[in-house]
Amino acid sequence: MARTAVLGRLEWQFGTVAELVMETPKVASLLLDVPDWMGHLAGQHVDVRVTADDGYQAERSYSISSPPEDSRLAITVERLDDGEVSPYLVGEVREGDKVELRGPIGGYFVWKGDDDRPVLLVAGGSGVAPLMAMIRHRAANHLKTPTRLLYSSRSYDDVIYRAELERLASAGDGLTVAHTLTRMHPPGWTGYARRIDSAMLAEVAWPKAQMPIVYVCGPTPMVESAANLLVDMGYDPRSVKTERFGATGG
Amino acid sequence: MSFISRGFRGKRRDTASSSRLPPGQYLVNDFPVLSAGPTPRIPVAEWSFVIEGEIDKPKSWTWDEFRKLPTEQVTKDIHCVTKWSKFDTGWTGVSVDTLMEGVETAAEYVVEFSYGGYTTNLPLEDVTGGKAWVAFEFDGQPLHPEHGGPARMLVPHLYFWKSAKWVRGLRLVNEDQPGFWEMNGYNNYGDPWREQRYWGD
Repeated sequence: MARTAVLGRLEWQFGTVAELVMETPKVASLLLDVPDWMGHLAGQHVDVRVTADDGYQAERSYSISSPPEDSRLAITVERLDDGEVSPYLVGEVREGDKVELRGPIGGYFVWKGDDDRPVLLVAGGSGVAPLMAMIRHRAANHLKTPTRLLYSSRSYDDVIYRAELERLASAGDGLTVAHTLTRMHPPGWTGYARRIDSAMLAEVAWPKAQMPIVYVCGPTPMVESAANLLVDMGYDPRSVKTERFGATGG
Repeated sequence: MSFISRGFRGKRRDTASSSRLPPGQYLVNDFPVLSAGPTPRIPVAEWSFVIEGEIDKPKSWTWDEFRKLPTEQVTKDIHCVTKWSKFDTGWTGVSVDTLMEGVETAAEYVVEFSYGGYTTNLPLEDVTGGKAWVAFEFDGQPLHPEHGGPARMLVPHLYFWKSAKWVRGLRLVNEDQPGFWEMNGYNNYGDPWREQRYWGD
């Protein structure tokens, strides 16, 4: 294929963990120095490969949470207790360690910031990671694209990027953030406190007449439900882009 | 391989299952869902399946006609490009060979196309000769919409994005036409045993 010849293979390369950020008790962002990184679009992911001392290898995919503008490549990983790779990346890896990766991958669940349609982002848990790359891309370019994030977490302590989202939403440049906490909420909590439902989407989502573009990312049941509700509300299915992960993300 | 991820041990599998796992894959017991948009809901009363393109006269079936065709039960390992594999999945479907009976075509390629707009491309020889089915049952139960019901393609020797959910037909074409994921960074052929995940693999 001519296209293959032009683009070449995505080769495995090394990233060095320059900084580890514990986002929540179970979620860490790994900020990687990747010398030959070819750049990426907000919403794309990378494959990560880890190798044991006897040569055994395991691969997983992780969304990129840094915007294209950052000098470091960030992935945000939730530790799954019965997982294989995530307990290594969240708990074992230290600053200075090398991680093998290849990417960027995926050309559909991306937001370039080059169109004026309002954006609705719907996140469940660590599914917020690729959406955060979009929000950061928007901020880095001082874009005013009307953008709403509806973000479902189990509890207040499970909210990833909480302070940064608060800061970005307070800038008054067209980004709003609505949280819902599905299991526990602190006293005095004024956000939503239930799973995402049609009433919540009716309050948060853009009217369909504004032709919003929608990105939904999270666990499969949440994504299925939110995407179906949006279609029931009259959203064009083609404008609703989904990314899902199962309980087996590892 | 000289690089070692310090402190990584991993979960070893027994040799028997290792030999059934293509490179870079891991085994799951559940059935993850992957798709790029909302799940289409297609009542079987409105469902039809067509073979079109490089064919003298398109062939089509309503659901009732389709369900009168001879079926096969197959048990296959499936491999998703997002790295999970699932062993011994049980399907009921109609072999593409059955659907292609009597079809004469010079086409060398086929595009699977779906309700909702999804497409994926492959050589015609990869869906004939007992290699592919239009499946409507999983584990003896009607195929759930999340997994592609009423009917999906089953092409288990390739990564599972080549098995289009909510399939609506096959288009026979002379020239290869990259489908949805094939235009979005994923490999044109998708052989899991050669780890053909992305462009250039």
